[in-house]
Amino acid sequence: MKIKILWALLTLVIAGLIAVPWIVSYFYIFIFTEILILGLFAVSFNLIFGYTGMLSFGHAAFFGIGSYAMALMLIHLEWPFVVSLLVSMGASALLALIIGFFCVRLNEVYFAMLTLAFGMMVFAIAYQWRSVTNGSDGLAGFSLGSFGLGLDLTLANPAVYYHVVLAIVVIASAVLYLICRSSFGMILRAIRQNHERVSFAGLNVRTYRLVAFVIAGSFAGLAGGLMAPFLRVASPELLHWSMSAEPILMAILGGTGYFLGPFVGSAVFVLLETWITSFTESWMLVLGIILALMVIFFRKGLLGTVLDWWMEIKK
Amino acid sequence: MINPILTISNLTKRFGGNAAVSSINLDVMRKETMAIIGPNGAGKTTFYNMVSGRMQPSEGNITLDGKDITGLPPHKISRLGISRSFQINNIFPEMTVQENVEVVLSAFHGHSRKLFNIASRNTGIQQEAVELLKRLGVDSLKDQRAEVISYGDKRLLEIAMVLATRPKLVLLDEPTAGMTPEETRRTTRLIKSLADSGDYTFLITEHDMDVVFDLADRILVMHRGEKLFAGTPAEVKSHPEVRRAYLGEDEDEDEVTEETGA
Repeated sequence: MKIKILWALLTLVIAGLIAVPWIVSYFYIFIFTEILILGLFAVSFNLIFGYTGMLSFGHAAFFGIGSYAMALMLIHLEWPFVVSLLVSMGASALLALIIGFFCVRLNEVYFAMLTLAFGMMVFAIAYQWRSVTNGSDGLAGFSLGSFGLGLDLTLANPAVYYHVVLAIVVIASAVLYLICRSSFGMILRAIRQNHERVSFAGLNVRTYRLVAFVIAGSFAGLAGGLMAPFLRVASPELLHWSMSAEPILMAILGGTGYFLGPFVGSAVFVLLETWITSFTESWMLVLGIILALMVIFFRKGLLGTVLDWWMEIKK
Repeated sequence: MINPILTISNLTKRFGGNAAVSSINLDVMRKETMAIIGPNGAGKTTFYNMVSGRMQPSEGNITLDGKDITGLPPHKISRLGISRSFQINNIFPEMTVQENVEVVLSAFHGHSRKLFNIASRNTGIQQEAVELLKRLGVDSLKDQRAEVISYGDKRLLEIAMVLATRPKLVLLDEPTAGMTPEETRRTTRLIKSLADSGDYTFLITEHDMDVVFDLADRILVMHRGEKLFAGTPAEVKSHPEVRRAYLGEDEDEDEVTEETGA
């Protein structure tokens, strides 16, 4: 019964999101696009953080590579949008396979430090390999061309692009959600709670962590691939280590225990940033206070706290 | 009963200059229940850690069913048929009791590689999990979160998880440690019925001598990392050196040994 109500609510939210361009002002179309893209980025991160228990400080590497791959594809090859997006995903998956191969051998703080180190290396390469990446200026000046799949869409129109992003984010999230509910997803949760017991059940924990890492990396790459056309530039900030902090903050804000938690975190993060920076420079101070309060009093995040409370009272 | 399921030869583990386990030779026969006793620090858990792959031996060989498994990682040894429990409860605290068993069953049946099935609708595995929980008498707790059930029930849940991989050899590390006398009796009865079913070969470490003499077909007595004696319960009870080294000691002396021998 309760599950049905939740699904009905979710359907309403998605219907509301579809209607966004006709309801809100032009400015907020951009805001909602950003929320969706960063939300997908954060949800992909939460597959390894909230589900598998690996705190990565280098997730922006995959987001950024997705953006760069997308920009390079659009500039040099001019393939349809969807194809370029899939290539971006593939590029991130490959990078995640290489970085993950080394990182999943380590636990906890050593894992976190190694992902940070790799993230910094990827940033340094993008920043300094000017002939390909255009250094600190980043790659800009690409046109979006056709969408592909025989659809005639004007991607340059922000409202159209918003709907494209919405559709892709919903499909990608559905795929990630199915993975979380599968037997594989159950093993990931088991690894977070007690990885040693999983290996004594006959599974190579490293392999499972690596597969999770690659899946998370490729979906971060997909989010990155959507970001470059949205910003009209792929720049080194997208793979800076501070960008790796964003999905961590969003996951904690929204709640790591529920699949959609990071989306809620993304919405809160982007909306608060927009509102608060409009009247004060100290957005980071406010964000810091909110995060401190969340971590001290609402460990389960916004969505987690609300859902747990609702489950309790309606028992 | 002719060829042993597990053959240990010259097994040794040194930490620095100290030998925690030294030159152990042992055969475990199919379908028997073998107990390992010895005071704290005698090397029982180190011995288990080597057999289950948690630690690499410094020397020696471990052969399971004719296959050399020395130094393999835990997941490979588990696949080859050795399943173990731990002295400290080793479960998935946030999952339900049934899910705890389902995790091990999905691993065993290879479902863990499925990315797009729905775990909560895997009826085959669910039925098997409930069957196992029934066998351990904890099926009424199947929907409880594992962290909230009693200590004794957690230990039984862990045995269910250990049996879920249909092991050739089951290692139980102090299965009744920390249990109330009632829980101990219940657990002993359960292990005895599992052993009597002829489905399992058990290697059990235990402090409680009543439990040991109740369950074991044979007993290995360890002292300071070495094999002191191996034989039937009756032989162990009458062996003078064993009596002196272990059985004769009272609680206080036992603790002294723990400090010096650890």
